[in-house]
Amino acid sequence: MHTKTLTELKTGLANGDFSSRELTEHFLARIKQHDGELNSFITVTEAQALAQADAADQAIAAGQGGLLTGLPIAHKDIFCTEGVRTSCGSKMLDTFIAPYTATVVEKMASEGAVMLGKTNMDEFAMGSSNETSYYGPVKNPWDLERVPGGSSGGAAACLGARLAPAATGTDTGGSIRQPAALNNITGLKPTYGRVSRWGMIAFASSLDQAGPMGQSAEDCALMLQAMAGHDHRDSTSLNEKVDDYLGALKDDINGLTIGIPEEFFPDTLDGAIADNSREAIRELKKLGARVVSVSLPSIKLSVPAYYVIAPAEASSNLSRFDGVRFGHRCDDPQDLEDLYKRSRSEGFGDEVKRRILVGTYALSAGYYDAYYRRAQQVRRLIRDDFARAFEKVDVLMGPTAPETAFKLGAKKDDPVSMYMADVFTIGVNLAGLPALSMPTGFINGLPTGTQVIGNYFREGQILNVAHKYQQATDWHRQLPAFGGEQ
Amino acid sequence: MSWEVVIGLEIHVQLNTASKLFSGSKLSTGAEPNTQASLVDLGMPGTLPVVNREAVRKAALFGLAINADICRHSVFERKNYFYPDLPKGYQTTQLDKPVVGAGEVEISLENGAKKTVRIHHAHLEEDAGKSLHEDFHGMTGIDLNRAGTPLIEVVTEPDMSNAEEAVAFARKLHAIVTSIGICDGDMSQGNMRFDVNVSIRKPGDPLGTRTETKNLNSFRFMERAIKLEVERQIDVLEDGGSIVQETRLYNGDTHTARSMRSKEDANDYRYFPCPDLLPVEITDADLDALKAAMPELPDTRKSRFLADYQLSEYDADLLSGDLATAVFFEAATKAGGDAKLAANWVMGELAAKLNAEEKSIANSPVTAEQLGQLIARLKDGTISSKIAKQVFEACWAGEGDPDTVIEAKGLKQMSDSGELEKIVDDIIANNGPQVEDYRSSDDAKKKKKIGFFVGQAMKVTQGKANPQQLNQLLKEKLG
Repeated sequence: MHTKTLTELKTGLANGDFSSRELTEHFLARIKQHDGELNSFITVTEAQALAQADAADQAIAAGQGGLLTGLPIAHKDIFCTEGVRTSCGSKMLDTFIAPYTATVVEKMASEGAVMLGKTNMDEFAMGSSNETSYYGPVKNPWDLERVPGGSSGGAAACLGARLAPAATGTDTGGSIRQPAALNNITGLKPTYGRVSRWGMIAFASSLDQAGPMGQSAEDCALMLQAMAGHDHRDSTSLNEKVDDYLGALKDDINGLTIGIPEEFFPDTLDGAIADNSREAIRELKKLGARVVSVSLPSIKLSVPAYYVIAPAEASSNLSRFDGVRFGHRCDDPQDLEDLYKRSRSEGFGDEVKRRILVGTYALSAGYYDAYYRRAQQVRRLIRDDFARAFEKVDVLMGPTAPETAFKLGAKKDDPVSMYMADVFTIGVNLAGLPALSMPTGFINGLPTGTQVIGNYFREGQILNVAHKYQQATDWHRQLPAFGGEQ
Repeated sequence: MSWEVVIGLEIHVQLNTASKLFSGSKLSTGAEPNTQASLVDLGMPGTLPVVNREAVRKAALFGLAINADICRHSVFERKNYFYPDLPKGYQTTQLDKPVVGAGEVEISLENGAKKTVRIHHAHLEEDAGKSLHEDFHGMTGIDLNRAGTPLIEVVTEPDMSNAEEAVAFARKLHAIVTSIGICDGDMSQGNMRFDVNVSIRKPGDPLGTRTETKNLNSFRFMERAIKLEVERQIDVLEDGGSIVQETRLYNGDTHTARSMRSKEDANDYRYFPCPDLLPVEITDADLDALKAAMPELPDTRKSRFLADYQLSEYDADLLSGDLATAVFFEAATKAGGDAKLAANWVMGELAAKLNAEEKSIANSPVTAEQLGQLIARLKDGTISSKIAKQVFEACWAGEGDPDTVIEAKGLKQMSDSGELEKIVDDIIANNGPQVEDYRSSDDAKKKKKIGFFVGQAMKVTQGKANPQQLNQLLKEKLG
């Protein structure tokens, strides 16, 4: 069953080929069998999953299924889930049982989804390798000595190894797309404001966006259909009509204009990475797309701008973790300052501390103009670059990540080289655009991905492009040896 | 050479919206700790703020009331600092683009002159919770019921030059915010809190170093704190010292103040626009609707009181300055049919009684309608003014409406001349020597000596004799 896509499983459930309980038990068994090695889950919610599965089976029997009824899904441990530990990959929240449920989780549950558990992630979503998690690194199913990417590394790895048929992720600077590329899955970061942030623990509020991670664009379309929509509890959630994403998959891409930003193929880029993405673009050309070259001159500033804005927002967002109301509290605090200092020193890991320091510095009196304000100006330039490009093209394409999965520990002591892992993805977050990563071949047995960037609220179009590509190719159906039947 | 005092105020005005600034929690006073605090108010991970449009509307209404520019795209910012009663580790407030821009407020000085105090701006912000330092066995309790309560912080230019002007301004502001219905104005509940910035200088010199005394919660404390600080600054400078820029705390009970922190210890608040909130839009249509619904402002009301009720400038000022007082006065006038009497009673007997029992006029045990009835009985001669005070006391004590009290206690003025005549005849018959003495006196002495007979008659009638009638009768009978 685990070799079937979410869409195929939906059909199987509808046809009565298997029950949701059987399906759920199958994936729970796979998690039990393989996740010891992979470490992709922080919490497995077995009892709850089986109860939801039974309810789903009843609903199906009564002909009352929703979009996702009976389908097991793994949620990133950044989404609050009532009554279930919500750790955000941090010691700070190791014992935090969320008192409410995130909109994303709630919406998917109301469409009948079964929650398998909560997936591992970089601490507070800060990282590109899943090595900053308090719960230990996640392994890449294509090579257990390598990282799965991050921060949604647990989601991508469990999906890559088919320990779950689908997963949710969040993307602040590439945290859905980069691990998707590294694990041979499809992941979509929607337009900023398309999916509610209520209940999603904030890293950088102006950049964070939840999205689907699936085996195919079709799976992502199915999930996004359930996730997207206005939420009155999130002021930045936009009151735009939700498109018919599944319907959009059928659109013809004949005449589609693909823009190739020259900045996404720099001379320094690994030739094999560039080749895979160029090959994918050629495939779409065969399907009738037109390809033009475009330029995004300010995109080179996206990494430095991001590493001012994101830490600045994070430094403020993480202030609430003070040991007073919830989360880690140090033993026997002597006074208020001691309580703050030790609770936060003990509760946060190094990368989180690094970003809090950077962000605090960037917002400090005397530095604000030089860093934060400047970064916001750069952000506007980047947005303008994309806007100009979208006057001429429908989508933009290029590699998702500059390299394939690297070895665990390889970049641990070199934060800047780690930050460069998101060089192609960050600009999209700064502009607030939707973008998808799809599998486009391998280098030395390791997956690569290509990014399809769309204009605002054109999720349907990029899903359509990816779906057409996936109908013509089978990269996305390749499975790692790990987790296969022995 | 004397010192010149320069005062600027920052006033926190609590808006009387139904719910908090960024959450749906109810605003309430006196609820059990942490029972009016939602996930958002607790700063739970993953929660997000949503602006209460009613608070924005009320802030904009205030802006219109003080002729200020209203920012069409005002921006909320985060002011970052750690404190246990600040759940998110930042306060959501406004800095560069506050909803209300520069405006002005005119105040009346005691000598009758007018002065304009310029408002620098007013911004919307959320209040913090409360730290409870007692009853927790050496620990501090946190009550987040107040966290997220909407405030506008009104910041003046340093336009006031003594404590009296500062108080006049504060009272005027109180009058405005209560008149337009954006604040309940209950000082005892902290509905308005004042921070005063004070500096002194020699005339013609540049501004001196200022200190800020925070969190004064009554007009009286504000006045006393300013005077104390001015004296302190004069003493320091005249002793050859210098003023340190600092934040000070005033203790009203001991009438002392102390330094809380100096400028060097001040936090770097790392303000930046709150990424969870979009700029707050206010459209032309919003402003038109607000203007159309603008309640009567204190200045307009005062003009109307002068014209409609022929009050003196002084009476009109006092009665229009506070919405609750104005409403009470007008209702009492309507019920009693005499503005001058109503004014005298509201500012006299009622004010004294309220003051003595530390009650606000809104909670007056004697209602405006009751006072009006009392005035009507005075006017139609049913009771004398002396009896009226007795009736008022009875109403205050909850013994019922004036008519009920008059009836129950038989306080109706004795205006029946037959009955009164009989009493007068009795008194004359029983007081031979005094009658003799009176009759042999000249007119000037008679005027004094008639008092004895009036007193006797009042004693007999328990004060109910109509004084004019009684005088008339006595004069006739005594000759």
